[in-house]
Amino acid sequence: MNRAVIRSGMGALLSHWVRHPMQLLTLLVGLALATALWSGVQAINAEARAAYARAAAAVGEDTLARIVAVAGGPIGDSDYVALRRAGWLVSPLVEGRHRASGLRVIGIDPLTLPPQAAVSGAVPVVGGDIAGFLGGTRGLADAETIAALGGDGLPGVRLAPADGLPPMTVILDVGAAQRLLAAPGQLDALILAPGPHPNALPQHLALRAAARDGSLARLTESFHLNLTAFGFLAFAVGLFIVHSAIGLAFEQRRPVFRTLRALGLSAGTLTGLLVAELLVLAIIAGLLGVALGYLVAAALLPDVGATLSGLYGATVPGTLSIRAEWWATGLVIAVLGTLAAAGQSLWRLWHLPVLAPAQARAWALASTRTRRLQFGAAVALLAASAGLVAFGHGLWAAFGGLGALLLGAALALPSIMDAVVRVAQRARSGVLWEWFWADTRQQLPGLSLALMALLLAMAANIGVGTMVTSFRTTFVGWLDQRLASELYLTAASADEAARLTLWLRPRTDAILPIVSAEADLIGQPGSIYGVADHATYRDHWPLLQSVDGVWDRVADGTGVLVNEQMARRGGLGLGVEVALPHGALPIVGVYSDYGNPSPQALIGLVAFQRRFPDTEVLRFGLRIAPDRAAGLAADLRQTFDLPETALVDQAGIKAFSLRVFDRTFTVTAALNVLTLGVAGLAMFASLLTLATFRQPQLAPVWAMGLTLRHIALLDFCRTLVLATVACLAALPLGLALAWVLLAVVNVEAFGWRLPMQVFPLDWLGLFGAALLAIGLAALIPTLKLARRAPVDLLRVFAHER
Amino acid sequence: MGKLHLSVMLLSLTNVKKTYATSEGPLVVLDGVTLDLGSGQSMALTGESGSGKSTLLHLVAGLDRPDAGEIVLAGKSLATLPDRELAALRRGTVGLVFQQFNLIPSLDVRANLSFQARLAARHDPDWCAHLADALGLTALLDRYPEQVSGGQQQRVAIGRTLAARPRLVLADEPTGNLDEATADSVLGLMLQLVSASGAALMMVTHSPRLAGRLDRRLHLTGGKVAP
Repeated sequence: MNRAVIRSGMGALLSHWVRHPMQLLTLLVGLALATALWSGVQAINAEARAAYARAAAAVGEDTLARIVAVAGGPIGDSDYVALRRAGWLVSPLVEGRHRASGLRVIGIDPLTLPPQAAVSGAVPVVGGDIAGFLGGTRGLADAETIAALGGDGLPGVRLAPADGLPPMTVILDVGAAQRLLAAPGQLDALILAPGPHPNALPQHLALRAAARDGSLARLTESFHLNLTAFGFLAFAVGLFIVHSAIGLAFEQRRPVFRTLRALGLSAGTLTGLLVAELLVLAIIAGLLGVALGYLVAAALLPDVGATLSGLYGATVPGTLSIRAEWWATGLVIAVLGTLAAAGQSLWRLWHLPVLAPAQARAWALASTRTRRLQFGAAVALLAASAGLVAFGHGLWAAFGGLGALLLGAALALPSIMDAVVRVAQRARSGVLWEWFWADTRQQLPGLSLALMALLLAMAANIGVGTMVTSFRTTFVGWLDQRLASELYLTAASADEAARLTLWLRPRTDAILPIVSAEADLIGQPGSIYGVADHATYRDHWPLLQSVDGVWDRVADGTGVLVNEQMARRGGLGLGVEVALPHGALPIVGVYSDYGNPSPQALIGLVAFQRRFPDTEVLRFGLRIAPDRAAGLAADLRQTFDLPETALVDQAGIKAFSLRVFDRTFTVTAALNVLTLGVAGLAMFASLLTLATFRQPQLAPVWAMGLTLRHIALLDFCRTLVLATVACLAALPLGLALAWVLLAVVNVEAFGWRLPMQVFPLDWLGLFGAALLAIGLAALIPTLKLARRAPVDLLRVFAHER
Repeated sequence: MGKLHLSVMLLSLTNVKKTYATSEGPLVVLDGVTLDLGSGQSMALTGESGSGKSTLLHLVAGLDRPDAGEIVLAGKSLATLPDRELAALRRGTVGLVFQQFNLIPSLDVRANLSFQARLAARHDPDWCAHLADALGLTALLDRYPEQVSGGQQQRVAIGRTLAARPRLVLADEPTGNLDEATADSVLGLMLQLVSASGAALMMVTHSPRLAGRLDRRLHLTGGKVAP
């Protein structure tokens, strides 16, 4: 094809956008918003994953094998010495959170640490003071953390900057770390240098292979999958705008297409030119969208960071780095989204006969056949959704079920709307309403995309809102049960614990030791707790299932309680024997354990101490009359000079837990609001688009004696009526979504199931907000119609002037 | 002119002017048009393209306002009427027939036929049935506009106008989109029914043959009434 022909053809096509700048703006804004929400979520995920990778790389978790205790829990210094003597090239590692500062402390031995650990290269340059590092007076942290601490870090430790460390993490010599973490003589693991090593390990130790993505990445996978799913939903809603704008531009250019074809452009060349045009627009909007996404991510990252820290102990920086991968994925998704949204229009163009009528017609005027086909597809998708939810396994099946449910419902909406309008038409009263409903039916195909977007946005809001509020209500009730003690005390050492209990005994109703040990449960890292035989547990512990005399069985060491996630993941029920370090026990009860992603087991205190004799009792729950708790806490602090974090009252823990909980859902709430905003914009774009086709439909009615104000008011009412029907349809869909989230996704992702509770007042507020958004979206087209000059409408009738 | 003396004055235009702004400057479309039309009379408006025929029809229908001059329809001066009253006038006094038919695509033929009469609160089912019968539409009442031919659509448009019993029927090239035989048949029907209803008719046409079938003929040239 001649280059001049292509240039001329492109010029003719592009001239459309010069004449219709608002349409161009709608297309670019729609695509940019869709891309922004998607790439914003991707930016958050990329930042978090980079933080996990840094955390894993710091001490070589990603590349180096480790030796750990078979039963979980600590390894003794003596094991380290014995293995070195036996020829194992191992290096000691201790990890934990420093109570007073909240810093993650990692203890290493710089002299034996393999060079594959990222931090090993930084140690010799600790301000040139390797002796200071070994002596525990010097440490390493990233520059941002040092700046943030401003000298209030660890007592007696000067920090030097090191690259590649995760935020709020300090690297110390192993001895210093053991002192700070109150774990003298205890190691968490031994890092094994690559290369040949002796074969036999002592029976109580095991070799664990390097984890390429790190343990945090595995733990947080479901959280990030949730975020990705919401980002994709927002993107899909945004694509409705793009589809609408592209469809309009194609229909308005039908005469141009016909002329260009008649002048010698082949269908292939014309389609190619349009694809090229769309690609250019997609790249411009994509770049804009990724930049916007950066702002969205920057605004949401602190809340995501707080969530990850609260739920998983993962530290994610509060600031965002610009990463090539999400710029690239943002652009790719913008281009793919544009091509997907333009697919139907491009297909039609490809099959457009040269002598096709040049008149623009409502491009989305779906025939009854199309609507029936859509409804058939909807039924198939809803059936597939039910199948996936009922019989599928894993998180992807759950999300697949959710996707099919949402898409099926969206495709069914035009048929539902048509049925509703038919019923209204039958109940007509007067010529004006007869026309109103007939006209409404005619507008449905043009508005159906925007209404589907609204349906999805509303359903997401209702579904996620119901899930969050159900979760919150259950969580608050559960906290009340679980945190029954008035005060929680943590001693720095066994000596301090002994002095504290001696002082507390006459001043409290009960002192309940809280002991725990790390252990592998059902093949996953988890923890075992030991509890005293006391009414506090018998009366309050949130048991979901139990055998008769459950607490007697726990107290006498003949039964174990497991948390819900462990029971579900392991397929365990009451009476099933569960493998525990030093002997299996039958399950006598299952308890709810929200907010904890790991398996957990609970046995009697005596049984615990028999199995883990080395575990020191440093934590206690204190029972006292609630009105005396504050006074006792003040006395304790004064008498023992306890740091702030050593003594926490029940209300403080609850407030902290609820704060973490609320921040967890700040992100989803923000995405929900943005999705609703995008749906409003989709409606605005559709109404503007329809307005250009409405003139020939409205002019005769105006000519026959209705004022433009009256017609505009009816148009406004029509939009609100349709939006109301979409909102009402979103209610059952949102509740179905909530049910799947609570009963399927939560169980797959976190291992717990929550009772669903409904909050009709919240729906009313949401409906009000949605109708306000749609009302605002309809306002400009309504005002434009009401203020239209008669000369514009006269053009409909005039064949000359 | 004989009929004029016997009929009541329905429409009077005095020195009506209308100018449109264009990219090349103001375009004078009507330049001092004066005319009268009595009840039951028919008048053909002829002229070259751009002579102002359709604009004149739109001004009389209250769809647009003149820049100067006065239009009095059924005793009311249109220049001073607010939008709401102009709309009421279009509902009750005027009936419009367009070249493009301009039926309401979402309503079937039956509903289109009675639409304006019901808007004007003047719906008479017997009269509608008579019109449908006279216009040959009885078998088409349940169809939608897109399902009938151009000639049938124009007959629906004429029926819709007459069903409301307007005092003045304004027709803008009502047969312009029809072939000659259909045009003759449709116009014949329209004249017969307008005459039967006692309404006045003002019709824009390019055809001298069709113009000759009306009582009077007014030729416009350059926005003025030709002498």
